[in-house]
Amino acid sequence: MHVTLQVKRFNPEAPEPKPYQQEYFLEVEEHFTVLDTLIKVREEVDETLALRCSCRASICGSCAMRINGHAALACKTKLSGVMDPHGHVKVEPVGNMPVIKDLVADMKPFWDKVRAVEPWLQPQGPEPEHEYIAPNEAMIHLTGVMACIMCGACVSDCTVLEVDSNFLGPAALAKAYRFVADPRDDASPTRLRALEQYGGVWDCTRCYECVQVCPKGVDPMGRIMALRDKAVHVGLDQTIGARHTEVFTESVRHSGTLDELRLAIKTPGIFNIPAQLSQLRWVGLRAMLKGKMPPIFHKSIPGLRHVRRIFEKVEGQP
Amino acid sequence: MPEHDVLVIGAGLAGMRAALAASRAGADTALVTKVHPVRSHSNAAQGGINAALTDRGDDWEDHAFNTVKGSDWLGDQDAIEVMCREAGDAIIELEHMGVVFNRDEEGRLGTRRFGGQERARTFFVADITGQAMLQVLYEKVLKARVRAYEEWFVTSLAMEDGVCQGVVALELRTGQLHLIKAKAVILATGGAGRVYEPTTNGLIVTGDGMALAYRAGAPLMDMEMVQYHPTTLKGNGVLITEAARGEGAYLLNAKGERFMERYAPKMMELASRDVVSRAEQTEINEGRGVDGCVLLDLRHLGRELIETKLGYIKEVVTDFLSIDLADRPIPIRPGNHYIMGGIKTDVQGATPVPGLYAAGECACVSVHGGNRLGANSLLDTIIFGRRAGEAAAAYAREMDRPSISESIIAKTQEEMSSFLARDANGDSAAKIRLTMGQVMTDHVAVFRDEAGMQIALKTVRELKARYACLAVQDKGRVFNTSMLFTLELGFMLDVAEVSCVSALARKESRGAHYRTDLPERDDVNWLKHSLVYASPEGPRIDSAPVTITQWPPQRRVY
Repeated sequence: MHVTLQVKRFNPEAPEPKPYQQEYFLEVEEHFTVLDTLIKVREEVDETLALRCSCRASICGSCAMRINGHAALACKTKLSGVMDPHGHVKVEPVGNMPVIKDLVADMKPFWDKVRAVEPWLQPQGPEPEHEYIAPNEAMIHLTGVMACIMCGACVSDCTVLEVDSNFLGPAALAKAYRFVADPRDDASPTRLRALEQYGGVWDCTRCYECVQVCPKGVDPMGRIMALRDKAVHVGLDQTIGARHTEVFTESVRHSGTLDELRLAIKTPGIFNIPAQLSQLRWVGLRAMLKGKMPPIFHKSIPGLRHVRRIFEKVEGQP
Repeated sequence: MPEHDVLVIGAGLAGMRAALAASRAGADTALVTKVHPVRSHSNAAQGGINAALTDRGDDWEDHAFNTVKGSDWLGDQDAIEVMCREAGDAIIELEHMGVVFNRDEEGRLGTRRFGGQERARTFFVADITGQAMLQVLYEKVLKARVRAYEEWFVTSLAMEDGVCQGVVALELRTGQLHLIKAKAVILATGGAGRVYEPTTNGLIVTGDGMALAYRAGAPLMDMEMVQYHPTTLKGNGVLITEAARGEGAYLLNAKGERFMERYAPKMMELASRDVVSRAEQTEINEGRGVDGCVLLDLRHLGRELIETKLGYIKEVVTDFLSIDLADRPIPIRPGNHYIMGGIKTDVQGATPVPGLYAAGECACVSVHGGNRLGANSLLDTIIFGRRAGEAAAAYAREMDRPSISESIIAKTQEEMSSFLARDANGDSAAKIRLTMGQVMTDHVAVFRDEAGMQIALKTVRELKARYACLAVQDKGRVFNTSMLFTLELGFMLDVAEVSCVSALARKESRGAHYRTDLPERDDVNWLKHSLVYASPEGPRIDSAPVTITQWPPQRRVY
């Protein structure tokens, strides 16, 4: 099988260092992964191509990179599955991290954020003589999060990080969830308070990109949503994010549809309304000019009782 | 210039456990690792970690006997006793650290069966036990604020008057060489699987620590003892955990027979790894294989068990073979996996070289002897990692600051410069490694004989000559992986040569060292360790007695 590998390269020692694309034309076996192909390049064509890789079995997390624009593990990606009809495959370093050389990125921002969530078990009181007693279901649930190999694919393609480098990001938040959900950990209230700050759980826009690219099925966004639930559950409901969720829910429960005006006014909280209104007035004006201003008097939809029944069923209330 | 009390080379399970122990003992400790700690190959350990927990009626002496028998009586029984006695506390400590071990119905630690053992005493996290432990130790290293020199590659030990006083290391990010001084150095660099092709081991597993110690004058012990794992995927050699058989999977030949009946009627698929690998290879060699493989059948285990306990191998098999192992048996064969031999140490991790310690796969205490039991390697890393860390910290307390001078860097600098200065001659590190890997696989594997091993040794020596003329194509400084692989290849060639020399010297069959020309175990002449020292004339063979405490040699049947 013939392949044209288009690799985005970068040599920091060039006279004028800037990224460029290099094409490698290769004859490879049908079963080759993208990593097999890159190794073939490195061993037989061009020793100077730099990349990280080790286990070849999607467990060490070294070889995350962008393949045709999306983050993936090169060792887990079959070449035949990503070639276009002309046999082209595009390979670039991960996003949202500075590049050191070729496909090698500087993961310091990634590790700094993992460290920021204090990723170690924090039990209280004396340790038991034997093991902690814990339900197997809880441990199996945690194993699903522990399966994270810290490859950085989710961080690479996180759309929030692209515009706000302060966001803790999907990997660090999933790691935080691993402790909050651990029955042996007693620091959840402190952890959740830290996570509701700017850059924490409420900054995720739920774009699903991390869920899509995670090679281990860790579902980082799902973990972030679970952290939001837990935060609200322990009474941390005064952030904009938490109030937005609540107002949104109440509006739909009340009228069957979203009251956008009310959402805009109630979300920031009573004391922040003047500031929020001044921020929103231009949006409001533009919406009005385009005829998209939501109605001042919000009406309930017909068949509202069906919506309420959904709420009752979901929330388990009569 | 950086300086520490204790320097740990390698940040896998043994290295991080050692660093935590040394740090807790009050030593200024740092890790030097050529990859980020969580990329270490300990990740790849799947099935679990052994321990006899007395509070549920298990007995550490039973575990110890299984280990002695597994080792074909080549393991030192005093060391095995230490490991098995301390195992229970180590498991509880790991659990307290945060490892999410699977539980039983009462919420206590659950176990599964593993090879070579009469009882279920393997504690596990699905089939990602190594990864789950590695992550937790990394968390503890972060919490303890142990300094880590990440992506620094150690090129040589800094020796002064026969005493180890630190290391010379290449910082990959800048290409700069550094001397890191230390009162004590612990090697925890893992195995040497890449000496073989194929292998279950990652590309980073290149025998660095063994070669570093060997070149500094420490003896390598039992290097002929190389483990072939019974279940690896054809082609890329990726590992399929023994836990599959521990949970009840069958091995079948082309006729659909559970052929282990003929080789190990009592333990069947859960006999020792060397026994199962030989059985498989015999089936394949005698024409009862399927395309160079035998079959591993998990179908009867049921989808639910597979998904909760063996999810990772299910993923790997789907990725590489496009087979759902809940529906179809998978083709597997014996593959290079582990080396029982390594740097000779005592039970404190001390090597015969003052200031130099070793732990984990690169070391040989010896607890694995001629054949390691599945799930004993993680235990080895945790027990002897901790012991080496404590002993090195105690040693460092007694020592003055290292006196070695930075001029020692010059030798490595020269070696690197000559690789860079040479013009390309058509040869490459990749070609040399591949030839080495193939010749080792052909002749120093499951079945061996004199003629084959001589071919391997001769070839390795020819490759060493080629290596001396090699040119590195990448002339840059930043992240020069071409230079890195070349230096690693130098280490691997030393390891390969020592393995061949040791294997040729052992005139018997024991454990993983099975000679078709000498198929019997010979306790009269060969119940001893083989040692190899570096000398100007090449490897020098020596031997050391095996420590027997309470289990005299018996016939080994499963």
